[in-house]
Amino acid sequence: MIEIIQLKKSFGKLNVLKEINLSLHDGESYALIGPNGCGKTTLIKSILGIVIANNGDIRINQKSILNQFDYRKSIGYMPQIGHYPSNMTIGNIIEMIRVIRDTDEKIDEELYFAFNLHHSLDKKMSTLSGGTTQKVSAFLAFMFNPNLLILDEPTAGLDPISSEILKEKIIREKNNGKTFLITSHILSELDEMISQLIYMQDGAVLFHLPVDEIREQTQENKISKAIATMLKNKFYVTNH
Amino acid sequence: MLDIIKNKIILIYTILLSILSWGIFALEDSSGKGILTLLNVILLNVPLVSIIFSTIYLYNSSEFIELLLSQPIKRSRIWVSFYIGLLVAHWISYIIGVAVPILIFKFSAVGMILIIVGILINAIFISLAFLSTAITKDKAKGIGMSILLWLFFALLFDGIVLFLLFQFSEYPIEKFMVFIAAFSPIDLARILVLLNLDVSALMGYTGAIFKQYFGSQLGMIVTFSLLLIWAIIPFMISKRIFNKLDL
Repeated sequence: MIEIIQLKKSFGKLNVLKEINLSLHDGESYALIGPNGCGKTTLIKSILGIVIANNGDIRINQKSILNQFDYRKSIGYMPQIGHYPSNMTIGNIIEMIRVIRDTDEKIDEELYFAFNLHHSLDKKMSTLSGGTTQKVSAFLAFMFNPNLLILDEPTAGLDPISSEILKEKIIREKNNGKTFLITSHILSELDEMISQLIYMQDGAVLFHLPVDEIREQTQENKISKAIATMLKNKFYVTNH
Repeated sequence: MLDIIKNKIILIYTILLSILSWGIFALEDSSGKGILTLLNVILLNVPLVSIIFSTIYLYNSSEFIELLLSQPIKRSRIWVSFYIGLLVAHWISYIIGVAVPILIFKFSAVGMILIIVGILINAIFISLAFLSTAITKDKAKGIGMSILLWLFFALLFDGIVLFLLFQFSEYPIEKFMVFIAAFSPIDLARILVLLNLDVSALMGYTGAIFKQYFGSQLGMIVTFSLLLIWAIIPFMISKRIFNKLDL
């Protein structure tokens, strides 16, 4: 359970997050969508402690995460664009994250083999294509069986086959009871992966509804169409 | 950190340092003079490479730092690891490039002091690099600040000291000059080595004052501790900033 309470963040004069209040429940899969620059990534980074909010609190299982770091043990994060030290190989990176995590837990090697990473362990990070780097990021996010997975544009840059592998993995883990927070601009691919939808605009949450309810209200089956209808009809006003 | 050691620039730097030190010792007839030439090279080049390389490296690692931050690891630990990583890499270069030739050609107290001073200078300028990286998020500004810091300590500071000396030559400002010297790590290092080389006579009346202050055992300890402070304080400040930094 993640509670975000009156979270505010500004960079200089720019108010990126204006009082965000959200509560995310375990076992649900959340899609965080909204136009570019609406504060999605900032919100994610605040949860991860990469960005430190000006105001408000984030609580995971009733515990505030401010100035904490242990809670990240149960989070897997896949950044939008992964950057790794250029002189290290894939093997080095995996080994390093393992040392940092320092757990005896079994490692989830499914993506490792599915993405054929074991064939390119000796490749330097600087020589990898954007897609391969994303594969490494995805594997690292799932590696330690975290309860919460935060994926920032997970399929951007992946080839269709790999992106299908990743999507299947997400659905499987979702059915295993993992919590997901996914941002994406490709709404059509979200259909099977998510159960709740959070729409952000200009640093505020416009609406936050279960997908079934949205479908019911708009009489649309596809999420992309449903959202378009929602925005057109401003259904959220009555629901807010 | 493996990444830094494998970096080509560090490799070239190591080779360059060795060529310089071997060359100097081979060209100068007396190894004492060799030390003096080497001192000037060290005091100019080592700070430049340490500060610029570290600044650029830190900026290029910012996304990687971000990834590390998403792992269960304390912020200050990440920062300290980067410092240690950069420091060790520079020390290895320095030891291979400078310390080994010194030990071969001029194994003496002065040689040892020069080695230690160089090691401290590395730490000081990497520490300053961390400070300028933490202060601004803008890469160009950060690198600019690092270059300015180097320029200031390597060249401008001496100019200012000379200017003061000439302007106030009528007044007894020697003690004040000693105090001023504490504000520049490069000057501190230079004084420390020169005094042990017995060429302080070249520095005139002020040199005598310096000798009085720095030549004694106590003076040495004070200078070393000042250099240590220079290495630690900027890094501590940068760590405090980093703990509250958004990435």
